[in-house]
Amino acid sequence: MDLLSGGEMIARALEDEGVDYIFGYPGGAVLHIYDALFKDCKVPHILVRHEQAATHAADAYARATGKPGVVLVTSGPGATNAITGIATAYMDSIPMVVLSGQVMSHLIGQDAFQETDMVGISRPVVKHSFMIKSAEEIPATIKKAFYIAATGRPGPVVIDIPKDCTRPDEKFEYHYPDAVKMRSYSPAQRGHTGQIKKAARLLLGAKRPVIYAGGGVVQGEGSELLTQLARTLNYPVTNTLMGLGAFPGTDRQFLGMLGMHGFYEANMAMHHSDVILAVGARFDDRVTNTVSKFCPGAKIIHVDVDPASISKTVQADIPIVGPVDSVLTELLAQLDDLRDKDAGLPDAMALERWWTQIDEWRGAHGLLTGRRYGQSEQIMPQQVIESLYRATGGNAYVTSDVGQHQMFAAQYYRFDQPRRWINSGGLGTMGFGLPAAIGVKLAFPDADVACVTGEGSIQMNIQELSTCKQYDTPVKIINLRNNYLGMVKQWQDMQYEGRYSGSTYEDSLPDFVKLMEAYGHVGMQVTKLEDLDAAMDEAFALKDRTVFLDVLVDRREHVYPMHIAPNGSMKDMWLSKNERT
Amino acid sequence: MRRIISILLENEPGALSRVVGLFSQRGYNIETLNVAPTDDPTLSRLTLTTKGDDLHIEQITKQLNKLVDVVKLVDLTDGAHIERDLMLIKVRAVGAARDEVKRTTDIFRGQIVDVGPTVFTIQLVGTSDKLDAFVAAMTDVDILEVVRSGVAGISRGEKVLSL
Ligand SMILES: Cc1cc2nc3c(=O)[nH]c(=O)nc-3n(C[C@H](O)[C@H](O)[C@H](O)COP(=O)(O)OP(=O)(O)OC[C@H]3O[C@@H](n4cnc5c(N)ncnc54)[C@H](O)[C@@H]3O)c2cc1C
Ligand SMILES: Cc1ncc(C[n+]2csc(CCOP(=O)(O)OP(=O)(O)O)c2C)c(N)n1
Ligand SMILES: [Mg+2]
Repeated sequence: MDLLSGGEMIARALEDEGVDYIFGYPGGAVLHIYDALFKDCKVPHILVRHEQAATHAADAYARATGKPGVVLVTSGPGATNAITGIATAYMDSIPMVVLSGQVMSHLIGQDAFQETDMVGISRPVVKHSFMIKSAEEIPATIKKAFYIAATGRPGPVVIDIPKDCTRPDEKFEYHYPDAVKMRSYSPAQRGHTGQIKKAARLLLGAKRPVIYAGGGVVQGEGSELLTQLARTLNYPVTNTLMGLGAFPGTDRQFLGMLGMHGFYEANMAMHHSDVILAVGARFDDRVTNTVSKFCPGAKIIHVDVDPASISKTVQADIPIVGPVDSVLTELLAQLDDLRDKDAGLPDAMALERWWTQIDEWRGAHGLLTGRRYGQSEQIMPQQVIESLYRATGGNAYVTSDVGQHQMFAAQYYRFDQPRRWINSGGLGTMGFGLPAAIGVKLAFPDADVACVTGEGSIQMNIQELSTCKQYDTPVKIINLRNNYLGMVKQWQDMQYEGRYSGSTYEDSLPDFVKLMEAYGHVGMQVTKLEDLDAAMDEAFALKDRTVFLDVLVDRREHVYPMHIAPNGSMKDMWLSKNERT
Repeated sequence: MRRIISILLENEPGALSRVVGLFSQRGYNIETLNVAPTDDPTLSRLTLTTKGDDLHIEQITKQLNKLVDVVKLVDLTDGAHIERDLMLIKVRAVGAARDEVKRTTDIFRGQIVDVGPTVFTIQLVGTSDKLDAFVAAMTDVDILEVVRSGVAGISRGEKVLSL
């Protein structure tokens, strides 16, 4: 058995855990750890330019691969800088392990230099946290942290490590546990068979069914099963913003995203449905609109690994607590069983009527069945996403920031595979996109990685262009440049009579092309529609360069559809500036 | 409806703050909170009372159960149970009030546990309602200080909350 210091045990445990990258930033409290990484650790360290970016990069790495992201930051400001990224991962249920340095044990509580109560300050935004009390605890605690982060409903776990627990001169026997058992933590492994049986019966009896699938299907590796289930039944599927890719975006059975900026046909189908199968989705307020008016005629089956997600906002008729993969497997078997006994299920006539109705909605206002956005002499933001989709053959990993550009990307890039659409939905964190793209590019160096952003969001973590340079992560940054905090402006247009309070900065934006060049990358500006496709192709043709495509778009454009709130239901939407349901 | 939720909690630093933090973070209300170690030094027993409709309580118990430090949880109000709150109350006791206070204390089966020339300190154990009733009965008396332990509770019969 090896004798290792606390710092060395951390380095070794991360190796033993099979970690691919550590995203971090050094400082006094973690210097012993950094020294151990330097001396003997196979896991490469990615030095970001701001700790927030470390958390987003690790988070996106996790979203793209399914493996927990790993972050290492120092105490005090390093730890507080990481909080936004931890909260971002928490809201979207992303597995992540954050190691934060802490001042020496005997100084804790004394307002020591760079002391911050990290366990306290992160408490509301972590799945769990640990404070190391002695170096011997390190291996077992790291094992537990990875286990908790990745199982059940995934989430970020913080390990706060006082500096003295990592000192190089005190060595301990190192043993990395093979398994974890915790008496107080045992996530559901499978759903209740009786409930699944009931669900199968209800589903087969449906006349106007909808499958509403969310981020849990993507994170829980349930996409194939879900697709199989939807196809055997020929039922329509809608995805949340987090669920995009859980069901193929180009499939005829796909209704598009639902919710506040969801597709007309998706929201209409939800509202008029009689049975909803909700899988790994949490009835977020961006989806439901007014809860009391939510889908009045629908019976709801809700599958979620977290019992607290069920009946939190919308009451479920058939709750099923369990992981999507095992529940869907069992549900498929039950469905087969019932259909063996009664070949008349589901009611084919009713289903045909339902599809006729859905196709009618689709034809009338569907975003992909005709041109639904405005036309002007300028490039429309939607056209940029269409061009990106074309240039990448629909196969890129697309990360996004937050705002109108994010919604356009969600609406117009059709994701046929899970884990390709990487965005911050729950917290809605501007500044997520660029560090996220770095994390994804490190995970999949040969894949096309695009970051769809706005000139507002990109400036929240633009320093990471330097990280792109250092680690040679050639991502393509597609800037939908409207010279506004566009999503804020849209609300100000709609609710504040166009008073653009704090949402303009037109005369003070940097020259992004020059800025890119300063960082050693390629910058290109596009102002005319006829140049767009060529520029997009050129950007992706420059395989080994980070390229920033600054596309000037029509700044007046709004995102539609948009739920009418307050007091609206799923079916109440603005369809354009002057057209509503 | 009022609920008494009893929890076996890992006796870890920070565990209590996770429970309490959850309540403020999610806008739930804690009316009383009682926590102490158990016969097993690795576990604390925590009892809290809260109010809300069934859906609200369901969310609270689910969210509490989700905390990694929560080992087991029971809503005692779901079944027959015993609840006890302990109160120490210091009142001004001079002249006729001394007899008056003594009499009321006897009726409530309390004890005067400290006597001074002008004050009594009374100890009373019972349900929260009983303690409230005692305080209400002290209308003519000058109450100087009230300390309550918060409700501690246990199920009746064979049912136990243990590992
Ligand atoms: C500007 C903006 C606009 C937005 N507009 C919309 C919109 O129009 N439409 C929309 O949908 N969203 C929108 N959102 C996003 C929204 O805020 C929520 O993040 C999103 O709706 C939540 O998606 P979800 O329900 O799939 O849940 P997620 O947050 O992805 O949660 C996943 C759920 O699945 C469960 N789960 C996880 N793993 C498993 C597993 N293995 N098995 C079973 N269950 C599991 C979890 O417990 C959780 O309940 C918007 C966000 C922003 C920033
Ligand atoms: C960190 C952070 N601050 C504020 C907001 C609120 N917000 C949401 S969208 C938005 C505007 C984003 O502007 P831009 O990045 O240019 O995108 P656009 O909407 O113009 O496409 C703002 C300020 C947020 N989501 N995140
Ligand atoms: Mg903008």
